[in-house]
Amino acid sequence: MYHARPMAAIVVEGLCKSYRVAQRRAGAFAALRGFVRPHYSTVEALAGVSFSIARGELVGYIGPNGAGKSTTVKALAGILVPDAGRVEVLGRVPWKERIAHVARIGVVFGQRTQLWWDLPVADSFELLRDIYRVRAPDYRRALDELVAMLDLGALLPVPVRQLSLGQRMRCDLAAALLHAPDLLFLDEPTIGLDAVSKLAVRRFIQKLNQQRGVTVILTTHDMDDIESLCSRVLLIADGRLLSDGPLAALRAAVTDERWLTVDLVDAAQEIADPAAEVIRREGARVTLRFDPATVSTAELIGRLTTRYPVHDLLVQHPPIEEIIARLYADRQIAP
Amino acid sequence: MTPYLALFRARFRALLQYRAAALAGFGTQLFFGIIRTMILGAFYAGQGGGARPMTLGETTTYIWLGQAFFYLLPFSANPDPDVRDMIKSGQVVYELARPLDLHTLWLTRALASRVAPTLMRALPMFVVAIAFFGMTLPPAWPAALAATAAMAMAALLTAAFATVITATLLWTTSGEGIARILPSLVLIGSGMVIPLPLFPDWAQPLLTALPFRAMADDPFRLYIGLLPPSALLAVLARQAAWTLALVLLGRGLVARGQRRLVLQGG
Repeated sequence: MYHARPMAAIVVEGLCKSYRVAQRRAGAFAALRGFVRPHYSTVEALAGVSFSIARGELVGYIGPNGAGKSTTVKALAGILVPDAGRVEVLGRVPWKERIAHVARIGVVFGQRTQLWWDLPVADSFELLRDIYRVRAPDYRRALDELVAMLDLGALLPVPVRQLSLGQRMRCDLAAALLHAPDLLFLDEPTIGLDAVSKLAVRRFIQKLNQQRGVTVILTTHDMDDIESLCSRVLLIADGRLLSDGPLAALRAAVTDERWLTVDLVDAAQEIADPAAEVIRREGARVTLRFDPATVSTAELIGRLTTRYPVHDLLVQHPPIEEIIARLYADRQIAP
Repeated sequence: MTPYLALFRARFRALLQYRAAALAGFGTQLFFGIIRTMILGAFYAGQGGGARPMTLGETTTYIWLGQAFFYLLPFSANPDPDVRDMIKSGQVVYELARPLDLHTLWLTRALASRVAPTLMRALPMFVVAIAFFGMTLPPAWPAALAATAAMAMAALLTAAFATVITATLLWTTSGEGIARILPSLVLIGSGMVIPLPLFPDWAQPLLTALPFRAMADDPFRLYIGLLPPSALLAVLARQAAWTLALVLLGRGLVARGQRRLVLQGG
């Protein structure tokens, strides 16, 4: 009998997980009391999260610290057993068939390395080849491809402890992909990297997704990562999914406003308009925000350029950080 | 190559990177070996006549065996430092993200982290101790072979024991408490402080009932000839029984611990 390969790479329904945390109060007496009778409180990390991700998608998973991002990723990676809910990744329940499951996925935790600290990068790669039981020709091909894509040639003989953070991250990415996983989890892959390394990592992730069709889940705090990579964004806060969709839809749901950046000829020039608000000023560069429903972009630009001598103009959406900060703020005000 | 063998090899290579550490470890064991043989030598000289369970020469050899196999032996039975660091730092997520059985993985790590340094240090220690410090070779070939077989099995037993301790980290995280209590118990019980034959008669049944005797004392006595080579089968049987029991216990602990594991977020 023929079974169709499931189209969805990931199906999550009503995922819940809470942690029991020992509460410790400050002070010697309170500490003593806590020792005699520990006081526990329950922290709800995930309170019913549902989504599904198709094969070949590149999805951003964002939210503030403690929102439940890592808990979700760990449940998807088979590392953590949730309290309730259904999870299916590539047709398997991760924590029930952990070993079969993890053989098909790759993980990179940006703040940790999976390379053997004392050994040259090549040795770590070979160890991973053996751990994942990758056949020699497949390994050769994967390695050649990754070395070319990530420019690792010169790094292979170097012990991991001597690598810079950017070099290490490139090697860590390769390490997660040697066994040609169908699904890649990236947890803050650009954390702490300089601008050039960040770009290299992003370019690689994009290529991997587009050319090799690897499904990628990316958690990050770096909104540039999201903006340059992800067509779809899942936003989570307090263990709940706040929004799921393209970045543009998330923007539209929160605010329509645009930002207009004006480079004035005269740095001392005062600038004002009834339909726009100055939100930032750095010398001759002024940033105004306005609602295109009140005043059209063309009209505002026309008004400003007739009144003030202007070098240059730039109209933008508010940066994604702004959108998300506002979304969080709205959530906190609402009961 | 199987994943577990590959881990073994990688551990070896990592260790070879640190020649200075190997040399320093060798020096330390040599120093303590000299001190311990001197102390026991003084006891032997100070005590009057009477029957002794071991001659001074046998005791000296016993002590040097302990020094030579120091890294294999229960002193390092505390949790695998690699795994402890991984659990503390959260690095253990990568251990769980491997398509490997966690208990077997940790058992392999425990075995590799013992066997690798031992192979590097035991041979030079034998050479130096035999040449300068009164250690003797086994009385005959059968004794040497029996001791080798028992020593290999002792390595596995010790690794199985260490893996049980490592598994408790899934509950305690730091493992400091257990790491302090157990080594002293294991050190004394295996004969690494005072050779077990020198313990009073009333203590012998207790020492025999514990698993630690099979980790060091049994193979050492086979080497010296205090146990005849024909006792090898009994020794191996006891070692295997303890190993099996500890592996089963470890597997149970790892399986339960894994289910309740809470990984520190990033």
